[in-house]
Amino acid sequence: MSSPLDVERVRKDFPVLERVVHDDKPLVYLDSAATSQKPRQVLDAIDDYYCLHNSNVHRGIHTLAEEATALYEGARDKVAGFINAADRSEVVFTKNSTEALNLAANVIAWAESPLGLRDGDEVVITEMEHHSNIVPWQMVTRRTGATLSWFGITDDGRLDLSDIDRVITERTKVVSFVLVSNILGTVNPAEQIVRRAREVGALVVVDASQAAPHLPLDVQALGADLVAFTGHKMCGPTGIGVLWGRRDLLEELPPFMGGGEMIEMVTMGSSTYADLPHKFEAGTPPIAQAVGLGAAVDYLSALGMDKVAEHEHMITAYALDRLQAVDGLRVIGPRTAQDRGAAISFVLGDLHPHDVGQVLDELGIAVRVGHHCARPVCQRFGVPATTRASFYLYSTTAEVDALVDGLEHVKRFFGAPGGRP
Amino acid sequence: MKLESMYQEIILDHYRRPHHKGLREPFDAEVHHVNPTCGDEVTLRVRLADGCSENPTVQDVSYDSLGCSISMASVSVMTDLVVGKSLDEATRAYDAFLTLMRTKGDSASVMDEVEDVLEDAVAFEGVSKYPARIKCALLGWMAWKDATARAVTTKEMA
Ligand SMILES: Cc1ncc(COP(=O)(O)O)c(C=O)c1O
Repeated sequence: MSSPLDVERVRKDFPVLERVVHDDKPLVYLDSAATSQKPRQVLDAIDDYYCLHNSNVHRGIHTLAEEATALYEGARDKVAGFINAADRSEVVFTKNSTEALNLAANVIAWAESPLGLRDGDEVVITEMEHHSNIVPWQMVTRRTGATLSWFGITDDGRLDLSDIDRVITERTKVVSFVLVSNILGTVNPAEQIVRRAREVGALVVVDASQAAPHLPLDVQALGADLVAFTGHKMCGPTGIGVLWGRRDLLEELPPFMGGGEMIEMVTMGSSTYADLPHKFEAGTPPIAQAVGLGAAVDYLSALGMDKVAEHEHMITAYALDRLQAVDGLRVIGPRTAQDRGAAISFVLGDLHPHDVGQVLDELGIAVRVGHHCARPVCQRFGVPATTRASFYLYSTTAEVDALVDGLEHVKRFFGAPGGRP
Repeated sequence: MKLESMYQEIILDHYRRPHHKGLREPFDAEVHHVNPTCGDEVTLRVRLADGCSENPTVQDVSYDSLGCSISMASVSVMTDLVVGKSLDEATRAYDAFLTLMRTKGDSASVMDEVEDVLEDAVAFEGVSKYPARIKCALLGWMAWKDATARAVTTKEMA
């Protein structure tokens, strides 16, 4: 199997991948779905910003203020290009996906008729959402009297869209779904969901947290109204996320937080709001983080997102093959690499994921264990938690092999092959 | 390997063959505790001896649990330490176990103090080095403490 990326060269860009843990074990980092590692190029951009240009943005006329503003707004241009936004003002910087999704849910709920949520309206999500695309909708539907419903999951970890016309109805105001599941790895059929949402005139919100880092993302082709993603999963720093929105929609929606930066004119009685995107960016923004995200999308674009996706597809197919040959291992999620991202959840016999993760860690292998902020998925599959290995542009087949060897070691450590000790 | 300091044989034995497992009648209080980070769960019942003693005997602790080896073994070891003991003695074991878990791996400093009270439970000293796992080891103990407090209240009201 050959990768379109020169992975050994890519790995040299990521200083942390040189690390050893537990005295002498080379780090095998299989937790990129939680957060990705950062390349030197991103670290340098942040360092440069603080060493040479640090200043607050938009308000100053001195040299540093102008440089900082140019860097911050330059990052917006880069992100807009990365997702093929029609206009740079459609890119709103947030803290992370969670804030972007809360922003979306709240301003939709607050909006005036016919956009806002009212008693009797419906919001549709899916059973495979991350908690950050469940809880905000629970909060706003409870507040407004709207109802929340969702698509279920099939046994092989796909969305059950068999009754799509009965789930998305004339009363549906918003459909919000995850493009790539962080726990199951499923890539969802956006086109079909968007088409049905359009038929009934519902807004479409997409959680692209696990899509933007891994697949070419074109928000115009996607056809959604609002799209959220988070910088730290795509080689950027923590503390920066993005909400992209269609310009005409963002213009109609009310602001989220009030404060500096988001106003046009303030009197003691009332205020008018700034133009897009600043209307949604109250307060001093995460400037260095935005600059870091700009460097991250430059880095990804230079590699080519199609190549990144192809590399991960290759690793995922290889990992699915090897993992499913481990006695007692059950993949929770699609069992083939088709329409699938690079996060693979599994259970190993009756061993608790916590124990699996602990023994793997001792071997230098970093996986995530737990419900991955998607507890309803664990309930759906009748498991308390899963072990999840997730891959990225720097992952190698040798790391998959290390994982498989590690799992055999885990089984020996606890006693019996594939089952209860 | 450091790992063996956490997964000591005694712990793995209790994991494989838990003591006092299963939910039994009669009981004075039942609680359900979860560890939200890893999905460990325990349902636990406490039965205190009848009578109006200030310091009743812990007659039975029964439970059903779902979780990692550390949490399953810990609740099993705990039942050995509290069932048949007076409430005061059981509470001393609880306090000693908490002390041990708070040592961040430096258990030597408290060993003299806790060793006699804790018996098999000193095997959990290695867990105190792993911050992520301390909650697993404490799950059953916290459930017992909660259930016992409720059982005492129930008795007082009766
Ligand atoms: C699918 C999905 N949505 C949302 C999030 C939330 O991202 P953040 O914690 O950066 O807000 C995550 C990350 O954990 C995710 O995987």
